[in-house]
Amino acid sequence: MSESDDSMSEIDAQEQNHSNGVGGGIPDYIMNLDNIPAKLPTHLELHKTRVICNIDAPQHTDPINYSGAYAALGVDNSVRLDNFCQNFKVEVKRFTDEDIEFDMIGIDPAIANAFRRILIAEVPTMAIERVYIANNTSLIQDEVLAHRLGLIPINADPKLFEYPDNAGGENNEKNTIVFKLHVHCVKGQPRITVKSDALKWLPNGSELIADDTKPNAESKPKTFTSFRDNHDSKKKFAKNPPAPKNLDIILAKLGPGQEIELEAHAVKGIGKTHAKWSPVATAWYRMLPEVVLMEDVVDEMAEELVSKCPAKVFDIEDIGEGRRRARVVNARACTLCRECIREKESEDGADKKEKESEDGADKAIVIKKKEWEDLISLRRVKDHFIFTIESTGAISPDVLFTEAVKILEDKCERVITELS
Amino acid sequence: MDPLPEPVSYLCGDCGVENTLKPGDVIQCRECGYRILYKKRTRRIVQYEAR
Repeated sequence: MSESDDSMSEIDAQEQNHSNGVGGGIPDYIMNLDNIPAKLPTHLELHKTRVICNIDAPQHTDPINYSGAYAALGVDNSVRLDNFCQNFKVEVKRFTDEDIEFDMIGIDPAIANAFRRILIAEVPTMAIERVYIANNTSLIQDEVLAHRLGLIPINADPKLFEYPDNAGGENNEKNTIVFKLHVHCVKGQPRITVKSDALKWLPNGSELIADDTKPNAESKPKTFTSFRDNHDSKKKFAKNPPAPKNLDIILAKLGPGQEIELEAHAVKGIGKTHAKWSPVATAWYRMLPEVVLMEDVVDEMAEELVSKCPAKVFDIEDIGEGRRRARVVNARACTLCRECIREKESEDGADKKEKESEDGADKAIVIKKKEWEDLISLRRVKDHFIFTIESTGAISPDVLFTEAVKILEDKCERVITELS
Repeated sequence: MDPLPEPVSYLCGDCGVENTLKPGDVIQCRECGYRILYKKRTRRIVQYEAR
């Protein structure tokens, strides 16, 4: 093993020495190999890898997937696993408890979109599904209150729970988290605001007596859940008991003498069934913007350009002799508003054109009539995605993404077993 | 029919005080004499789907 490593490093060293001289960094012998793809002409490479955003519409938006698309030029366009593994990159740009922004480079938009859709609709979380209301004399109606409770993000790891048995099976500690809410506003006191911190976890399950059974002296009265005394499961949550993620969500307001008494049962589910189970506030991506100045933009034009851009993409640099030139400093911030390539209403008015035709010698105007669209090229890199995940807080955003990857993997495996 | 009809408590529509009435009683608040009384919400558990 060590021998081969040494020989590899020797080759590397040779390559580096070699590439210093000729061939733009690529050793000649590699270029002479048969199966190394030749380079595409620049304009085709541009169409293949960039979306060009003109003032009216984007151009070359499709990815070119056909393996033989450039066969006539001797360029292989097929997808290869080793190529993908070499070129694929993930760069984390921002990472907090609640959101993450990272760049996914070298991936097909279909797969980036699959991750987005899985994050929104198929990563499981816990959410309140059934609400048993014993008393509610507040202004908010039972069903509205129940719906509000359902939307509260619950801080509990869904991996520790099973999906509920929809075939009418029992609700036990493996698939249900029970919360109690009992608030009362005493007469003569000011109004109470009921917040999500009033929801208290009941580790032993439901305390409300199911109505249809008669109280029996010998056996315990039947409740809405059948929890077993399970010390393991209680230990599991000792450090981090299930609770609402945010404790300041307003649920209801109580006037003097009003009362709410209820039990809320949270179960595991996915966003496809109902948005309350979606683990993300939202997850989205955008393609990396690329802003290129096709010609030098100087002096007043440069200042105009800087002031035109609301995203502060451009800046001015001094080029000596009191002249200034526009420069792209923050292409990533470009929102594709296309304000920079839009012509001003007063400039392209019909009267000005008439004036030009009348006075053809006025060259100053003709030079100024160089369209902004010709000076600036707005593009997007087709295989570079700026991915943002905003978690609702129950699961941290990095875990969410790895979960999404696992789900896609499972789906692929299912397809493979179906086919084989 | 139950031999002993249980007294039911009502809330006065004016002063909000709790009144316990038996069948045959005059429907009138004991405190303020208001004649509109409201029945209390059931203690029976109502189940809702949080959707």
